[in-house]
Amino acid sequence: MESLSNRKKVLEQKPMTFGEKIYLPSIAKGLAITFKHIFKKRETIFYPEQERPVSENWRGLHSLKRDEQGRERCTACGLCALACPAEAITMTAAERKKGEEGLYREEKYAAVYEINMLRCIFCGLCEEACPKEAIYLDGPFLEADYLRKDFIFGKDKLVEEPLKS
Amino acid sequence: MELAFVIEKVVLVTVIFLITLGIAAYSTLAERKIAGFIQGRVGPHRAGPSGMFQPLADGGKMFFKEEIIPAESNPWLFIAGPCLALLTASIGSAVIPWGQDLVIGDRVIQLQVADINVGILYIFGIVSLGVYGIMIGGWASNNKYSLMGAIRAASQNISYEIAMGLSLIALLMVTQTLSLRGIAEQQAGFWQNGWFSWNVFCQPLGFLIFLVCSFAECNRTPFDLPESENELVAGYHTEYSGFKLGAFLFSEYINMFVASAVMSTLYFGGYNFPFMNHLGLSDNVVTILGVVFLFAKIFFFIFFFMWIRWTIPRFRYDQLMNLGWKVLIPLSIANIVLTGIWITVKDLM
Repeated sequence: MESLSNRKKVLEQKPMTFGEKIYLPSIAKGLAITFKHIFKKRETIFYPEQERPVSENWRGLHSLKRDEQGRERCTACGLCALACPAEAITMTAAERKKGEEGLYREEKYAAVYEINMLRCIFCGLCEEACPKEAIYLDGPFLEADYLRKDFIFGKDKLVEEPLKS
Repeated sequence: MELAFVIEKVVLVTVIFLITLGIAAYSTLAERKIAGFIQGRVGPHRAGPSGMFQPLADGGKMFFKEEIIPAESNPWLFIAGPCLALLTASIGSAVIPWGQDLVIGDRVIQLQVADINVGILYIFGIVSLGVYGIMIGGWASNNKYSLMGAIRAASQNISYEIAMGLSLIALLMVTQTLSLRGIAEQQAGFWQNGWFSWNVFCQPLGFLIFLVCSFAECNRTPFDLPESENELVAGYHTEYSGFKLGAFLFSEYINMFVASAVMSTLYFGGYNFPFMNHLGLSDNVVTILGVVFLFAKIFFFIFFFMWIRWTIPRFRYDQLMNLGWKVLIPLSIANIVLTGIWITVKDLM
């Protein structure tokens, strides 16, 4: 068949010549290549001290956002939990009481909001599903821990710091 | 037997033993460092300045790990395997001449533990004993993979010992002596009677065969089939843990050190270095410089072992056997014939 891309390469399987059969020239060539690599630049990034730069739309740990007045945006509609393909998100809704208008933006809010970070696949579908722009995956890496229960992040870890005024 | 002689030998044995262990320990670090450098990484660098304490950390880890003896194994042989491997690895260095005689006052100290007149045979015997540790350990584990590794080790060592011995015969035809000190003394300086005095220049083919065979004898890549981790799950030491595993790994590095020392002594002039007799230095200084040069050669060979490891992939088992039986043994026999003709012609002239 004629190659359309003109990049087709036919390999010829010639019997090896004597020089190729004794392998020593090719071993010497290989040794030279590996020796050259000893003096090349190291690619290592010394992680805890140094971090690899990540792209702008990189997805890290989740954070629950506040609006410009410092009120939680999340209304516990459950769309993120519904969108989540890994079933990592769960929440309990509650009604806003009188006097809590400064804390929650709308009448309904998430009393409990938990993400199981061991289930989460960091796909970002919760971010896309959220109608209130309340959840974003803009945090750092997920750090290691010892116990499974410590990977279930509640509101204490997820909600943004309150506004400083 | 005077007391001073005994003390001298005990000190020498202790020093050599400690140096051997130290070099073996730091070979593990060097291996990981060189692997890192060749692959564009830095290797271990957290323990101490640029990872200098890594061998201590590894050793400590090995000591504190749980020692598991499989229920279905033969416990005595299971323990005997690594002991034997470590023992045979560490007694090999006894006949290697580390330098010329050191003269202190009117005492002549020989920098060699035992100058026996069958030095090469001794080394050869020890090397062939080395496989028993692996075989016994692999068999006693009562595990298919371990047994496979042990069988591979045994057949590989037996096959490559033949080619190694034959390449040594050609060397012995040139040197006319089995004593390692005698062989080292014959290679004095660098240039003698219009030709290089080091044996590698009159036995290049023999050296090549010896080099390839010592890779196989030390179970190093490209011939590390007994412990190939991706086909045999680490081969003969699959079931080992804790310090018994450490003993197996350590004996491999000691073997590498001894093999490097033997190669330097047999083919690269041992403690001799160029212009050693023309610098006008006192004898003791030349001796100490000779020891330094011998260790430089040994370190080069250890580096070469590691350099090869990260360059050439592992051989397939049939390729290994083909290389051993169909290439190296005929080549070494041809080398003997050529050496014989060369010696005869040289004598006639």
